[in-house]
Amino acid sequence: MSDLFIRFRWVILTILVFVFVTLFTAEFQQAQTTAVLASALRQSTPLLFGALCGVLCERSGVVNIGIEGQMLLSAFVGFMVASATGSLVAGILAGMATGALMGAGLAGLSVTLQGDQIIAGTVLNIAAFGISSYFFQQGLTLPSGKTSPVSLGPLADLPVIGRVFFINPPLTYLSLILIWLVWFVLFRTRWGLWTRSVGEVPSAAETVGISVARVRYTNLIAGGCLAGLGGAYLSLEAVGSFERMMTNGRGFVALAVMIFGRWNPIGIWGAALLFGYASAVQTQLQFRGWLADDPQFIGMIPYVVCIVVLAGFVGRARPPAAIGQPYSRE
Amino acid sequence: MKMLKPVAVPLIAVGLALGIGAIILAVSGANPIEAYGALIDGSLSSQKTVGRTLEKATPLIMGGLAVAFAFRAGLFNIGGQGQLVVGGIFSAAVGFGFEGLPWIIHAPMALAIGALAGAAWGSIAGILKATRGAHEVITTIMLNFVALNLTDWLASNPWKDEGILSRTPAVEESALIPLWGSFPTGFLVAVAASIGCWYLLERTNLGFEIRSVGLNGDAARYVGISVQRIVIATMAISGLLAGAGGAIETQGVIGRYEPGFNAGLGFNGITIALLARNHPLGVIPAALLIGAMEAGGSMMQFNADVAPEITDIIEALMLLFVATPIVVRWFFSRQEVAEVSVTAGWGSS
Repeated sequence: MSDLFIRFRWVILTILVFVFVTLFTAEFQQAQTTAVLASALRQSTPLLFGALCGVLCERSGVVNIGIEGQMLLSAFVGFMVASATGSLVAGILAGMATGALMGAGLAGLSVTLQGDQIIAGTVLNIAAFGISSYFFQQGLTLPSGKTSPVSLGPLADLPVIGRVFFINPPLTYLSLILIWLVWFVLFRTRWGLWTRSVGEVPSAAETVGISVARVRYTNLIAGGCLAGLGGAYLSLEAVGSFERMMTNGRGFVALAVMIFGRWNPIGIWGAALLFGYASAVQTQLQFRGWLADDPQFIGMIPYVVCIVVLAGFVGRARPPAAIGQPYSRE
Repeated sequence: MKMLKPVAVPLIAVGLALGIGAIILAVSGANPIEAYGALIDGSLSSQKTVGRTLEKATPLIMGGLAVAFAFRAGLFNIGGQGQLVVGGIFSAAVGFGFEGLPWIIHAPMALAIGALAGAAWGSIAGILKATRGAHEVITTIMLNFVALNLTDWLASNPWKDEGILSRTPAVEESALIPLWGSFPTGFLVAVAASIGCWYLLERTNLGFEIRSVGLNGDAARYVGISVQRIVIATMAISGLLAGAGGAIETQGVIGRYEPGFNAGLGFNGITIALLARNHPLGVIPAALLIGAMEAGGSMMQFNADVAPEITDIIEALMLLFVATPIVVRWFFSRQEVAEVSVTAGWGSS
């Protein structure tokens, strides 16, 4: 555990600085601080789902540039199903299934057919955009409304923390559990060992009897479920409706989050919170009337942060060695 | 047969995509024959509609060239949209900012400034890749969002037209690229750019170095090519092409920069580049095909009551089939497929 703190010291330090800045700018008004932090958590959740999808794919050696498309189409299908059946659970499951199906498609293109992984992911993105725009009908609503927050009893009464972490809708809780679940699977189970070895030296993994194709397929499909949850979060939990292009680049920011978090779920959580914070500050600045005449500069903040982080950290972070290479038995 | 080989894969991809598109149309309750009929009617039936197809195809050629050119160096430029809007607004600024210049100076100057602005925007991603190892796929997409915000700000503050709309004033008449009957002259600029790219890639030293880096970066480094320099130069030229596309759109079609400025380019450049198998001259027919689909889309909505977004699905299907190796290998033996991999260099510097 202490090992983790050392490895992620920059992420942790940055978050601490941001939390401090929040407390400072809010002039220690508890309500405002809480609002910014809660909004940071809300904004970070879809990035977290997307980045956890990315880490499962990349740890097994497959670049997934199609997370954006997986999230967009899942948001769409989840919304349509929930709107038609009136059941949010059905909508969420449909979103997961959509993501998983697209993950399987990506695996088919990049593992079985050994195509270029980035082009395969781009196909997913364009297809998701086309399908969701073509079949979308204006004016549909959710009969049940979006998912509602659940308060976790006495924990929710804690100052600041309680409001931020313990009064949340279900998918947000799920994302917080999934961080630890994905970490456990990757670093404490045999499957995780297989995944990581396939992502580093697939030929060696194959020599000891691990099926590279099976590991990659399973991870891409499982990752697709997570991206699907991210999509369902957007349409069913955060907004409560579907809009064209509603992912707005979050699938790509999720990839930057994954790199900044060094392909480790716990680091990814820190990175996701950082990006979520950048978006939360954006709304807070607008609310307080700073830069009110030039909202476009505020709108740039998350994307500029993403570029700066990538430029600053990518060189120093090491991706899985076999990333991007199709594997074929010789 | 040998002559047919290079065009076989794109033709089959287009055929399969249109076939599946017809099935989707039929399933969603439309008549595919009627829909495709309306598509052709709206794009090829008269002098006016052909002109409209050429007009739509012009920025698509430039966007497709931008992607294809970067591909040859093993770079995947998804930032065409951002480079295009930056080029568009800078050409508009030159277009309305100078008065009384003769056409022969004003129009080329606006075009050149727009292209250079696009080149500057594209080279940001190149510099980040060459010096910091940040993958261009993510940085160019992020730069798209930054560019849209930036141009929106420019069009609603320093370069704002009078009135409430966030748009620039109309460019001076001396900066316009005129219509020649119903034939858009800007199309000729795009064709010239295609030929220029072909010449640069196939007949010059720089082109040779770019192709070497694309085929094998390590080998290129061993023979003394500066890979970093090539990466930056390639992204700059790629951005130059997209920026010029935006300038032509401003000077030849819209006449100013306004919100929603060519929102249609999107991912089309990628589809076009891959349909053309990254050949600069192949980009022209590929862009004409997509341009015809865009020009005919509104007619399809009007006559056959089909949402024009069906063309996005058909384009995704084309991309799927043209990029799927199994389709390619029906026609080419393994040795012949010397594809550039864009995944190389993911995450590493």
